[in-house]
Amino acid sequence: MDLHEHQSKALFQQYGIPAPMGKVATTPEEAEAIAAEIGGKVVIKAQVLTGGRGKAGGVKVAGTPAEAKEKAAAILGMPIKHLTVHKVLVDPASTIVKEIYLGITNDRKAGKPVLIASSEGGMDIEQVAHEKPEALIREYIDPVYGLQGFQITSVANAMNLPKEHWKAFGVIARGLYACYSASDATLAEINPLIINGDNQLVALDGKVSIDDNALFRHPDLAEQRDLTVEAPAEAEARLADISYVKLGGQIGCMVNGAGLAMTTMDMTQLYGKDKGIGPANFLDIGGGAKADKVAKALNIILSDPNVKSVLINIFGGITRCDEVARGMIEAYNEVKPIVPIVIRLQGTNAKEGREIIQAANIPTLTAAATLTEAAQKAVAAAEGAL
Amino acid sequence: MAILLTKDTRIIVQGITGREGGFHTQQMIAYGSNVVGGVTPGKGGEWAHGVPVYDTVREAVKQADANASVIFVPPPLAAEAILEAIDAKIGLIICITEGIPIRDMMRVNVKLRQSSSRLIGPNCPGLLTPGIGKMGIMPGYIAKPGRVGVVSKSGTLTYEVVNALTEAGMGQSTCVGIGGDPVIGTSFVDVLEMFENDPETEMVALLGEIGGRAEIDAAEYIAKHMTKPVAAFIAGRSAPPNTRMGHAGAIVDGNEGSADQKIEALRQAGVLVANNPEEIPDLLANR
Repeated sequence: MDLHEHQSKALFQQYGIPAPMGKVATTPEEAEAIAAEIGGKVVIKAQVLTGGRGKAGGVKVAGTPAEAKEKAAAILGMPIKHLTVHKVLVDPASTIVKEIYLGITNDRKAGKPVLIASSEGGMDIEQVAHEKPEALIREYIDPVYGLQGFQITSVANAMNLPKEHWKAFGVIARGLYACYSASDATLAEINPLIINGDNQLVALDGKVSIDDNALFRHPDLAEQRDLTVEAPAEAEARLADISYVKLGGQIGCMVNGAGLAMTTMDMTQLYGKDKGIGPANFLDIGGGAKADKVAKALNIILSDPNVKSVLINIFGGITRCDEVARGMIEAYNEVKPIVPIVIRLQGTNAKEGREIIQAANIPTLTAAATLTEAAQKAVAAAEGAL
Repeated sequence: MAILLTKDTRIIVQGITGREGGFHTQQMIAYGSNVVGGVTPGKGGEWAHGVPVYDTVREAVKQADANASVIFVPPPLAAEAILEAIDAKIGLIICITEGIPIRDMMRVNVKLRQSSSRLIGPNCPGLLTPGIGKMGIMPGYIAKPGRVGVVSKSGTLTYEVVNALTEAGMGQSTCVGIGGDPVIGTSFVDVLEMFENDPETEMVALLGEIGGRAEIDAAEYIAKHMTKPVAAFIAGRSAPPNTRMGHAGAIVDGNEGSADQKIEALRQAGVLVANNPEEIPDLLANR
């Protein structure tokens, strides 16, 4: 789960990181009032959970409250990538003398946290990694003992940070690790960390992502979830314990297991690519799919108007395919979909499952024996509907 | 001989009195696995599914001479269950639990690397040595004894390929699910090394997916050290970047972890890469 800039900076402040911040506005009038309260030059920043907001015109400077109102009006409602801006952060403007990058994330291969720092702050860190990998300093952290003082010193040294800033940098680095660790973050980054006109180190922008698996022990963070970024179907799936991601294609997929769900998507693309056909979604229904869950998943898939056919691929391990088939017929009768559905059952009692599907004699419901056959049939059905 | 799970493995189940733990204990016993007990704090002295229950793993080691454990403990307590098994010097620990916080696993990882225990998972289907036994949730009947080693990040995709191999008349030496989480105990490389050294394994099927670089490391290992043929399938070619696909680890971060990158690295290493998992038996048979 990603936190917005204003949420991230508020969290930083709790861990002693200087992160000067104004207030959040949802209307141009609010932005004007906040700007008047701050006095002087302000920066209006779109609060949107995607990168590249600066390039998209989502960050603007305003000299007066009236100008702040005007700029906020331009940013609010603006589309940035696939998201719409609903909130702006009105911050006091800072003089930037120097920009630094400082982030902590999980390193999968090492199986431990890593602190990444660079004196090339402000720009996209992936771009720095790509273009100037030598400018990135990596310091691995023992998750039992935490970030040590000598590690911070060597990082400050390696990035040629003037010594007068080392003490402040130490407070910020320790604060960032404490924030990362105590919040179960998968990423806590300050970009940029700046030296301002008063020669002080402050966090100008921040981004924190929380491990979804750890949200159970952070109810305060969990309630900060921005529900507007989630499509209604995604929210519905999350509440039903179904893993669903909407994609751009025409074939709705319903599968048990994440690896097999990705494989099923890949197969629709393999056979449909030449015809401009591909997967409409990722959907993992989980283990032991009961009729009500199958029905819910079917509804979620069909809420996407791009869906022209549905491919259901279930490998019954512990789950019995005859039960899934019965659940499917029940779900079918409840949802009454008009798009063609191809169902492929393999594993435990697959033969009985296929017989149940055939006996139901529903013209839009076809059974397939192999994954290849199922993918080809689903592609042909989608093609016929285009 | 097979790898990891043999006739001498004495298995306990941590969380044996839970719903999942109980069900799969029955399945493991029905398959012929050597389950010698279970652990649930506070239920020591009781019996479950025909085996004794102990309060602690230490007690199970002392009383039942256990040397392997399967963990079905809910996510908030699963990391502690792994630490308990490490502390009791259990040699082989399989953690089935999905949804363990990454921070917990990073801390476990520190202890694990200082120990002689091997952890498989978490968030994995476990192990199956056809004809000998299983530790975890893989359906036993789809497998049959043979000479193909199977190693995978996924659950049902593994069953799919094991089933296809069996239908093609190609049995398996051992099937290992290493799990789809970002921080796991045993890597592809670890298992490939075991298969390479196992006289009963003649060839290997590797099933990977997007995210991380474990498949790239596997390709490097195969190019340098493997003499046995390897066929692979990588799931997630059609997945968009920066979007998590179900498994906590299945995400292409920036440029790292894409399916195409992994497929290319495996091909360079001489691995037969399938476009479709149903092709794997043919690729291995006709190599």
